[in-house]
Amino acid sequence: MEQMLSLFVRSIFVDNMIFAFFLGMCSYLAVSKNVKTALGLGIAVTFVLLITVPVDYLLQTKVLGPDCIIEGVDLSFLSFILFIAVIAGMVQLVEMIVERFSPSLYAALGIFLPLIAVNCAIMGASLFMQQRIGMDPNSSQYIGGVGDAIVYALGSGVGWLTCPSPCKDSASRLSPWDLWLWHSCASPASAFNLKSRKTSAQ
Amino acid sequence: MSKLFSKENQEVFTGPLNLNNPVAVQVLGICSALAVTSQLEPSIVMGLSVTVITAFANVIISLLRKTIPNRIRIIVQLVVVATLVTLVSQILKAFAYDVSVQLSVYVGLIITNCILMGRLEAFAMQNGPWASFLDGIGSGLGYAWILVAVGFVRELLGAGTLLGFRIIPESFYVENGGCYVNNGMMTMPAMALIIVGCIIWAHRAYNDRKAK
Repeated sequence: MEQMLSLFVRSIFVDNMIFAFFLGMCSYLAVSKNVKTALGLGIAVTFVLLITVPVDYLLQTKVLGPDCIIEGVDLSFLSFILFIAVIAGMVQLVEMIVERFSPSLYAALGIFLPLIAVNCAIMGASLFMQQRIGMDPNSSQYIGGVGDAIVYALGSGVGWLTCPSPCKDSASRLSPWDLWLWHSCASPASAFNLKSRKTSAQ
Repeated sequence: MSKLFSKENQEVFTGPLNLNNPVAVQVLGICSALAVTSQLEPSIVMGLSVTVITAFANVIISLLRKTIPNRIRIIVQLVVVATLVTLVSQILKAFAYDVSVQLSVYVGLIITNCILMGRLEAFAMQNGPWASFLDGIGSGLGYAWILVAVGFVRELLGAGTLLGFRIIPESFYVENGGCYVNNGMMTMPAMALIIVGCIIWAHRAYNDRKAK
């Protein structure tokens, strides 16, 4: 439980998709003009993440990993194609749902909705998840199960979502206020993280 | 032969290098440009990989453009690109393992690079394979030169080296009695954003002056 909490907080603040890895910048810069579209796209991204990361986790550990289907064969080189296929399929689904239930949001997001498929934050989360499976189980970045994958996806999505949201309807897209806010959030978060790592080491 | 290098085709190739640069003018593909440029070597490898992938993805999609149903074209494009990225990633792992470790997830993220999708949608879906090939090479190199320029500045000022060779002599450093210190800011991703901003500024100022 503590591990999951630490993973969650870490993926929101310390490993924030936008401020730590600069992933998903294009749509972030484009939709952060007002809060409503930013929130709408953020929720869509979080939703896609919440499904694709656990599915990709299962694919990686049950299908692609070494010795999974055929003894002695490691199929992880196929992960790019499978991950992107899962993501593109999911985005198609989200597009249909949004079109059905909120036509105004659908119109506001425009081309950025189908482009979630090529949002690097989503592909990035799956690739980082793949990397983290092989990490040391004691580190707070380790993903060891579907639960961890869901928590990581939720954290990354919330981290991505809350970045553009504080921007008011203004011309300045990335205000100094944002940076200050995030910097001040990230510092105690990293302190928390260091502490939890120390306690788990004991 | 002269038809292959006609005036239009030359413009298709040189446009993205300068006046229509994907990074400096269209502001696409920024994520990877910020993340991999802390040293020169990964920047060069990344630039070349993107060039090769854009060129061949453009050719394949251009050959298929009349048979792809419109509704599923993004998925078809993604599958073609993902296949090419898988090939490049395996080649890098086999022949340049250290660089592929440094690039880590960013090789995979070439799939979602906006430049690729932009070129496929805007150019390869309407044009023949040879023009698309030139366009892909041009766009890739236009992206690559910005990456190399940023990587050059960041490695030189951040570590005092280029491609791992020492450029600023050891004796200049404060520890050895000199008066020089590496700029630690340069190793952070935020600095890449600022350098890209400076390049865009210089690029626009130069082109505006030439236009007048």
